[in-house]
Amino acid sequence: MARLELRDLSHSYKPNPVEPADWALKPMTMIWEDGGAYALLGPSGCGKTSLLNILSGLVIPSRGKVLFDDVDVTTLPTEQRNIAQVFQFPVIYDTMTVEQNLAFPLRNRGVEPAKIDARVKEVAAMLELTGDLKRKASGLTADMKQKISLGRGLVREDVRAVLFDEPLTVIDPHLKWQLRAELKRVHRQSKTTMVYVTHDQTEALTFADKVVVMYDGDVVQVGTPQQLFEEPAHTFVGHFIGSPGMNVLPASVAGGVAHIKGNEILLGRSYQPIDSAKRVEIGVRPEFLRLGSGTEGLPVTVKRVEDTGRQKIIRAELDGLPIAALAHEDETVPASGVRLIADPARVHVYADGQLVRA
Amino acid sequence: MEKPLNNRAWFLVMPVALIVAFNAILPLMTVVNYSVQDTFGNNQFFWNGTGWFKDLLDPNAELGGRFLAALGRNVSFSLIILSIEVPLGILVSLCMPKKGPGVAACLVIMALPLLVPWNVVGTIWQIFARTDIGLLGWTVSHLGINYNYTNEFFSAWFTIILMDVWHWTSLIALLCYAGLKSSPDAFYQAARIDGASRWSVFRAIELPKLNRVLLIGVLLRFMDSFMIYTEPFVVTGGGPGNSTTGVSIDLVKIALGQFDLGKAAAMSIVYNLIILSTCWVFYTVMTNVDAPDRPRDAKDGAL
Amino acid sequence: MTVVLDKVSKVVRGSAHIRNVSLTLTPGTINILLGPTLSGKTSLMRLLAGLDLPTSGRLLVDGVDVTGKPVRERSVAMVYQQFINYPAMTVYENIASPLRVRGLAKAEIDTKVREAAQLLRLEPYLDRLPLNLSGGQQQRTAIARALVKDAKLVLLDEPLANLDYKLREELRVELPRIFEGKGTVFVYATTEPSEALLLGGHTATLREGAITQFGPTVDVYRSPRDRETAQVFSDPPMNFADATIRSGQATGPGGVALGSGGTLQGLPDGAYQIGFRPNHVSLINRSAQLVPIKGVVGVSEITGSESFVHFECGGARWIALEPGVHDHLPGAAIDVFLDPSRFFVFDSHSQLVRAPARTASL
Repeated sequence: MARLELRDLSHSYKPNPVEPADWALKPMTMIWEDGGAYALLGPSGCGKTSLLNILSGLVIPSRGKVLFDDVDVTTLPTEQRNIAQVFQFPVIYDTMTVEQNLAFPLRNRGVEPAKIDARVKEVAAMLELTGDLKRKASGLTADMKQKISLGRGLVREDVRAVLFDEPLTVIDPHLKWQLRAELKRVHRQSKTTMVYVTHDQTEALTFADKVVVMYDGDVVQVGTPQQLFEEPAHTFVGHFIGSPGMNVLPASVAGGVAHIKGNEILLGRSYQPIDSAKRVEIGVRPEFLRLGSGTEGLPVTVKRVEDTGRQKIIRAELDGLPIAALAHEDETVPASGVRLIADPARVHVYADGQLVRA
Repeated sequence: MEKPLNNRAWFLVMPVALIVAFNAILPLMTVVNYSVQDTFGNNQFFWNGTGWFKDLLDPNAELGGRFLAALGRNVSFSLIILSIEVPLGILVSLCMPKKGPGVAACLVIMALPLLVPWNVVGTIWQIFARTDIGLLGWTVSHLGINYNYTNEFFSAWFTIILMDVWHWTSLIALLCYAGLKSSPDAFYQAARIDGASRWSVFRAIELPKLNRVLLIGVLLRFMDSFMIYTEPFVVTGGGPGNSTTGVSIDLVKIALGQFDLGKAAAMSIVYNLIILSTCWVFYTVMTNVDAPDRPRDAKDGAL
Repeated sequence: MTVVLDKVSKVVRGSAHIRNVSLTLTPGTINILLGPTLSGKTSLMRLLAGLDLPTSGRLLVDGVDVTGKPVRERSVAMVYQQFINYPAMTVYENIASPLRVRGLAKAEIDTKVREAAQLLRLEPYLDRLPLNLSGGQQQRTAIARALVKDAKLVLLDEPLANLDYKLREELRVELPRIFEGKGTVFVYATTEPSEALLLGGHTATLREGAITQFGPTVDVYRSPRDRETAQVFSDPPMNFADATIRSGQATGPGGVALGSGGTLQGLPDGAYQIGFRPNHVSLINRSAQLVPIKGVVGVSEITGSESFVHFECGGARWIALEPGVHDHLPGAAIDVFLDPSRFFVFDSHSQLVRAPARTASL
């Protein structure tokens, strides 16, 4: 278990990076505390996999340092870093039994058999694999295989961190729920630092204490799931997290009121005048828009209502601007005369994509 | 996988079927015919029933002794070359570069021996191993070793084995190389993380991946070496004595040298049956190892 | 074109991949095959496409038996999970390829390609090669190619599975619009219940090669015929309790009282299985109708907007979904509230007895 630190780290796959676009990872400094659960979240090509490869030692960063417990490991090869990794597709040793798979890393390190046995039993119990120890690993289901991959990491007492690279990709939805909950429980029990890379917001948010949202090689926000949901620092975070994402609407802001296409919307706070050269937008999540009628709220035309089972997604337009809102599964959405009322405290103001504080 | 049937397609196979009938089935029937007859020349044949077959399988008969000895030599030869070529091929494939400009060069160099015709290989080695003008023969004999493949048993075997290894190790190596390339990087990375030694990586990841290609490789090499004719014929002519005479060479000697068509025919049929049954055993083993899974939903397809 | 599967089974080497499936797919509909990995979605699609022959049963198109007719002679298009395009052709050429095969006139090809490109928002990329596009755009190209063929039957095998979450969300919303008004039979395989709900149409739930239910998607979701269907068609997974009902009172595992009334009203005494969706399990006592039970927390998962609290009750493991942030520590005892009016009741043979009343719908 260790505290991971990235110090002034940046990386480019080109030998002589000149433009900002040449950098796969833009300069960043970050500390991941010992025993924490972290997620790197972002779309394909945002640099999250590069960052993971830098942590695991597959890629040496162009600039900056990687420190494990204040020891510089930047150029150390993978096998000397004492990390474990769970890959997108299950990696198990087909010819071995579950038990042999779990014992493999210890056997390679010459640990004495009695100790291996005890440790394997302990980890198997933690992962609820005890009954399957004698089975051949090749015939198991994908979720079991992923558990074994994780087990091979946890079995080593000196493991400093477990890295997950989209580990639930090949898992069926209903098993994802089980495996996710198990991962979380195992994290609590083992107190190992874990870093989880994914493009799936639900996986990232449910797994991590802190989520690092990345976009185009940049870290756009680091925060708890609640912070990311309630106060996205960037319109990208608002859009990427939440399903559907935050509504981002061009507006003009004066004091505590915003104007969108001639409609007034109340803000929970009062804002200083914003530089007119900047693009001003307000962001409000569909969760914080409720149905209204009469004269209060934004007059919208409902285009479609999607029933997701437990809630309804209202797809509407405000004078041509698409806007989404959520309604309870029992709520009726009238065909016309619909107004959407925003919770003023939940409306945020953005200038050039960045959150403006009141 | 079953496809919808369309029987019209059989018409397209007709010409091939006819040609095969003419050049395979007809000659084969002639051989069967000869095997139950005896001839003293002049194209006169006498019914001999299963006589030749009885002789052939009786170690005390002249024909049987000769056949079984040749068969023994064939089996030994195949086993020896397999036990050299398979490990060596695997080793070579493991040492081949996985990416970079070296790959193409390596593949071409490896493929070269495979492109040389059998009789040319024989000729090359016939000269290469001569003690007077051949580089190998001259070097070895000047090291003070008694080396002469034309009159010494061990030299002869050493030469044809070395020749076969030179000719065919590439095949095993290339097959294994293809097998190795199909393992995703994640497996190697995981093994590094698990602290696996080179040997463990080989045992846990590479060897299981090579299972299937090795079966094919072994089958190909076994069949081919079991039927070997040209190379030893060119190099040693089956000698010294009969020490490098395999069944193929012996067959030609009996059929064309002594013109004992009946004996030769019986011998070739038995030889053929042995090869067919070995093939069948291999095939059964392979299809069992290879038993196809059900068409999986796309998600699982990756590994 | 109406496609009918008539008692179709497929057995490969003694293991049944498809068991006695009968389905009628009508023109202009989206038909979703919903089921976990290995439930037979791909096998069924291969049978529909004519890539495989059924072991028994028939495939009828407009009443004509086409079992055994080669794929080439059928009007079928397929989109796979992997983005399959011709790498050396531009997006335009890719979309045009099935039309060129048919030998259409240049002008006609051009109109059709541009139409499809517009529908799938590919116009800016027509001159690019597929590999220079994002995954979402590559898959759009593949879908455009399938649509432009004007095939009577379009099969999509988990087409969004390899896409990023957000792209998936975008395409999911667009697909129904793209499929609209084509008169084509669309068959769409997915493992995700939410995808089925968003696409609408009809859904067939699959389990171990058999169809457990087929009907309008919302109906299957609201009144699953049996426990297996309910299980397949729920995300987060439905909670189940083995219960006995005595004079209208339900008792769950470990003797926990699960309440009365709601859908339990008037049920004869006996053994039942009660299913309830996590979003109907509440951590807040909202009304007097709710039934309080005690739970022990396993894990709390918090997405920022919602909390999924996994808890144990009388030996059963259940999940509660509550809006907002509710972080309960593992092992903590919590009060949980069930709503008997939301109970799905299954009999001891797992067949649906009662489903919650459908509230005001669309």
